[in-house]
Amino acid sequence: MIDRIAALGRSGLELLEALGRSGMVLFHALWAWPNLRTTFPLLVKQIYAVGVLSMVIIVVSGLFIGMVLALQGYNILNRYGSEQALGQMVALTLLRELGPVVTALLFAGRAGSALTAEIGLMKTTEQLASMEMIGVDPLRRIVSPRFWAGAICMPTLALIFSSVGVLGAYAVGVLWLGVDGGSFWSNMQNSVEWGDDVLNGVIKSVVFGVVVTWIAVFQGYDTVPTSEGISRATTRTVVYASLAVLGLDFILTAVMFGEL
Amino acid sequence: MRVRTLELAVGGFMLIGLLAIIFLALRVSGLSMNASEETYRVVAKFENIGGLTVRAKVTMAGVTIGRVSNIYLDQEDFVGVVEMDIYQQFDNLSSDTSAAILTAGVLGEKYIGLIQGAELDNLVDGSEIYNTQSALVLEDLIAKFLVGRVSDEP
Repeated sequence: MIDRIAALGRSGLELLEALGRSGMVLFHALWAWPNLRTTFPLLVKQIYAVGVLSMVIIVVSGLFIGMVLALQGYNILNRYGSEQALGQMVALTLLRELGPVVTALLFAGRAGSALTAEIGLMKTTEQLASMEMIGVDPLRRIVSPRFWAGAICMPTLALIFSSVGVLGAYAVGVLWLGVDGGSFWSNMQNSVEWGDDVLNGVIKSVVFGVVVTWIAVFQGYDTVPTSEGISRATTRTVVYASLAVLGLDFILTAVMFGEL
Repeated sequence: MRVRTLELAVGGFMLIGLLAIIFLALRVSGLSMNASEETYRVVAKFENIGGLTVRAKVTMAGVTIGRVSNIYLDQEDFVGVVEMDIYQQFDNLSSDTSAAILTAGVLGEKYIGLIQGAELDNLVDGSEIYNTQSALVLEDLIAKFLVGRVSDEP
């Protein structure tokens, strides 16, 4: 009995400790930003790894989600004879919710896990330790560019996702199902607000990008230096990042669109 | 050469992102480049504004000539006051123009329809439209119909 209580207390302390360490990693990563000249090439390389290589999955899933939304929406709206509202429905759904959230989930799976595995392997093979030996700060050289690349790429990917989704909905709704193209666009333009919908979606995706990359980078940096530890850290990244994204999405939606 | 292709790919990625935000701004949210177009403000009082919202269209003969900019309650007369911004190019609306709150389709959004009057004076910034017709509220109509008073109404 006493053992259980002790274990509970220990896990609580460990959680708090991990939170503190992750906060320190984030702080150091942010602190390392001002050194622009040396960081920039590293940043470009990380944007390539995190953003450009994630583009295929983002574009393909955006296209299909837009197409499915149009198909489902058409079936329901058609029952009420208001299939002109299809564009409005699809655009609002994508910009407000699905764009940022689905992109963040895919981003956690595609880029976050890769970040964790990469940094975790660096730690396991003691590359990080040897970097410290030769006087290079691993937080500055390894963690910081990856963190910033994630924070920059995630909103960009979410914007691409939403645009491609709208185009996919146009393809299905207008070109295939025969909704009038003019009312598709004009209904969309009448209901979608630049500040309320597009910018709030961008804010959401920036927050998700920061959180997902933070979790990924920290899990890699904090991994137990064994092959098993890497696999566990990678799994944890995907699980924690997905849960954090879904939880934060509720809070952000409540603040932005709710009654708060 | 490897670094070169990498930078090209990142540049292309950023470009696609930029194109996406331009597409979302102009095509999806209908943000117009000339958003700061010259307008003049006209007010109208309605007994009931129904579901009219800010940024709703102001039309004449079906053509959009402005936007609703503000809606509030007049606390002396207890009527809804609607402020609308009319584009400066439509500066020859007569001062006895009438305004009605209309609905696009059966369940569509509310907008304001203006009908040109006969006076020679024109509406200017700050003028009021006196001849107004309130929104059609479906519940009122049904209530009137139920008590059989529809035919007695003027």
